[in-house]
Amino acid sequence: MSAPEPVLRVANLNVSFSGTPVVRGVSFTVNPGECLAVVGESGSGKSVTARSLLGLAGPGSLVRAGTLDVAGHDARNLSQRRWRALRGKQVGFILQDALTSLDPLRTVGKEIDDALRVHSKGTGAERAARVIELLHAVGLDDPVRRASQRSGELSGGMRQRALIASAIALNPALIIADEPTTALDATIAASVMNLLGRLRQAGSGMLLISHDLAAVARVADSIAVMQSGHIVEHGPREQVLNDPQHPYTRALLAAVPAGKPRFTRLSPARDAPTPSNSQPGRPAAPNGQPAAVVQPLLSARGLAKTFPLAKTAGFRAVGNVGFDLLPGRTLGVVGESGSGKTTTARMALGLLTPDTGTVKLFGEQWSSIPESARRTRRSSLGAIYQDPLSSFDPRLSAGAMLADALSLGATRNPRAHAAEITDLLQMVGLDVEMAARHPATLSGGQRQRLAIARALAPKPRVLICDEPVSALDVSIQAQVLDLLDELQRRLGLSYLFISHDLSVVRHMSDEVLVMRAGEVVESGATEAVFTNPVHEYTRTLLAAAPVLPPVRRVSLDAMLAGHPEAGKIERQP
Amino acid sequence: MSIPGPILPTAGSPLAVQKPHARRRDPSVARWLAARLPLIVSAVVLLFFALAAIAPFLLAPVDPLAINPAQAFSAPGAGHLLGTDESGRDIYSRIIHGARPSLLIGAAATAVGLGLALVLGTIAGFGGRWLDFGVGRVLEVLFALPGLLLALVFIALAGPGVSTTVIAVGLTTAPGYARMIRAQIIALRTSPMVEAATVLGRSRTRILTIHILPNALAPLAVLATLGLGQAILWAASLSFLGLGAPPPAPEWGTMLSSGRTYLSLAWWMTFFPGLAIVLVAAAATVLSRSLKSADGR
Repeated sequence: MSAPEPVLRVANLNVSFSGTPVVRGVSFTVNPGECLAVVGESGSGKSVTARSLLGLAGPGSLVRAGTLDVAGHDARNLSQRRWRALRGKQVGFILQDALTSLDPLRTVGKEIDDALRVHSKGTGAERAARVIELLHAVGLDDPVRRASQRSGELSGGMRQRALIASAIALNPALIIADEPTTALDATIAASVMNLLGRLRQAGSGMLLISHDLAAVARVADSIAVMQSGHIVEHGPREQVLNDPQHPYTRALLAAVPAGKPRFTRLSPARDAPTPSNSQPGRPAAPNGQPAAVVQPLLSARGLAKTFPLAKTAGFRAVGNVGFDLLPGRTLGVVGESGSGKTTTARMALGLLTPDTGTVKLFGEQWSSIPESARRTRRSSLGAIYQDPLSSFDPRLSAGAMLADALSLGATRNPRAHAAEITDLLQMVGLDVEMAARHPATLSGGQRQRLAIARALAPKPRVLICDEPVSALDVSIQAQVLDLLDELQRRLGLSYLFISHDLSVVRHMSDEVLVMRAGEVVESGATEAVFTNPVHEYTRTLLAAAPVLPPVRRVSLDAMLAGHPEAGKIERQP
Repeated sequence: MSIPGPILPTAGSPLAVQKPHARRRDPSVARWLAARLPLIVSAVVLLFFALAAIAPFLLAPVDPLAINPAQAFSAPGAGHLLGTDESGRDIYSRIIHGARPSLLIGAAATAVGLGLALVLGTIAGFGGRWLDFGVGRVLEVLFALPGLLLALVFIALAGPGVSTTVIAVGLTTAPGYARMIRAQIIALRTSPMVEAATVLGRSRTRILTIHILPNALAPLAVLATLGLGQAILWAASLSFLGLGAPPPAPEWGTMLSSGRTYLSLAWWMTFFPGLAIVLVAAAATVLSRSLKSADGR
């Protein structure tokens, strides 16, 4: 068999914005039925690379390439008109955010029909049949009904599937997917990845963009690692994952929390003096038994909360949740969106009054009392959130915010607490100069460090972390997780750590609660729960969590074997 | 598996240029000026009238009240730049001297309107469900009446004059502002930022004064500039109806009103005060729009 014509051939691609190069000398090839994953952190130029392959690099961009062959067409110097003919028909594009990519006022069927109509494929009835066929192909149940629904009526996973359906409507030779699963829950992400894997097996070339090596490890044939606009490493999946050559690839691999025991560093040690491993603040050994009877700092019994909804009995967000958070320990809460994790956190924080059940802080009543009675004890309980920027007062500089937190709101003058602000900033690994900066000018990781500094200002003993790393790149996530670990050992903090990401929770927690639909389905010591899951849902979560090597190629093939399209696949050598 | 080796560009091959949206920044000063021309013009207009309000004799040495019947109804020309009115008073001088009362009425009315709105909006947005309900109904009643009618009712009750005009116009504009402030405060009240402050143990009053009000007030600067032009228009309307500053006074609305009788004979008596009103109102609007886009992060 002769070598197939590549669907994508890029050589020496350079993209710059207003003279600033963001992609430098990038070259790669994608063959039919092959999947290339481009991996790198935010700002590495991976998305710009993908967009310039579609002629969508954006205003002010200058794209130059030695070769730019997209689906057999030389895509250099294409007019807008020629680009439009290429897009959709030859190249399908899948974006991260399906909610904003789909028109909320039009039905899903119309959206997909658009792709067919623009490239004038068949009569209305033929196109309608094709839409149903496509929705079925991407694994949506009841495709006829789905076609008549709007994007707001679909869940995140369904929307992503609908978007994929519109991208593959014309059987494009090349599919470009930019972070297709980043916004999705683990089990949904796994099934969308499987869908993408099937499309690749069916013969489409695929370019997969992600910040997470683990997320693409299952589908990619080869992996290109991008850093600051360059491809620093490029090779077959097994080679990149098992024998990474470039230090940046190694850092990315090390950043993946899956399969790393508790307290192993995920990021390179930073320059600031790290504390010794003697763990003075930690009463119990990491994996040992808690000493005798320790009074829990924060405990909850029988928490339930129902939100009123029009015309129904209300939405039961949480029912019968209980836990004990012991000093110096981390209690992880894992579950998918809508499982009641955040409602539980808000009740623990005293921001929401439970319908039934109680929360106790240091053995004293914490829930169902007036806010004024809680206020004096608030300093012992801190919180950090998924989106730190929205939790900051937009008028305040970083220093002013810390001064406010340190002074119990008495002053926002950073000079009044200069020494303490310096301490806090150093503790979370931020430069002292950052005090003068406005949080909006900081990067995502820096903002979360600042949020941690602010939460630590009143010297709390318990920190409630609600999805603290979910919005961050894997490499930044690793740094923040390491920081939280380090602070726990240094200050003896207790964490209630909430995340939808099982690998993160597993890495961070001593004990864990697995939540589903407002109920705790399984709880116990983290490793015991995850090595020997009793509840079926825990097993599902475990199976869906992305894993790194040893790469289980066979399992994917076995999974695909059951699919009708799998038989027709012409395998690549 | 086919792994592409690095494909190097052949030495002679020219690198292709692909510009999906070729719109490059031209750094020339002319372009910069052109983009900001509306802003610059409106700033100049506002500065001119502000100077007129502060030191009218600098710009117009002629007494705006000096009567010269011999020169009544002079057309705009060399002697009287913008002509004279029925008593021979210099229109240019009257417009310049009229800037102070006109702008003051506008500014004061905006301040009254915003101040009232701030109180009502804060009570509605932060005071709990029943206060919100109560204030909401009051605002709806105010909304139900046409603005000018509301002002007329108030003036009918309180009697005409400059200070009543100010309060009347303020009252007319307040409901709209109050609604916006209420929405702003409700959005802030439920924001993660306020939640974070609660977790840090801040009291409701602290949260309101430190976090909510300052953040709700920032967008108000834009509203106030926009409202200034609006308020000047309102005040001029009332003066035009003879309910503002009494006739001999050089106030733009009053001048419009007295010029109306002679419109076919001496168009300049109505046109130039009207132009002044339009210029200030438009300039304030343009300025507020630029402020708004600068504010939008």
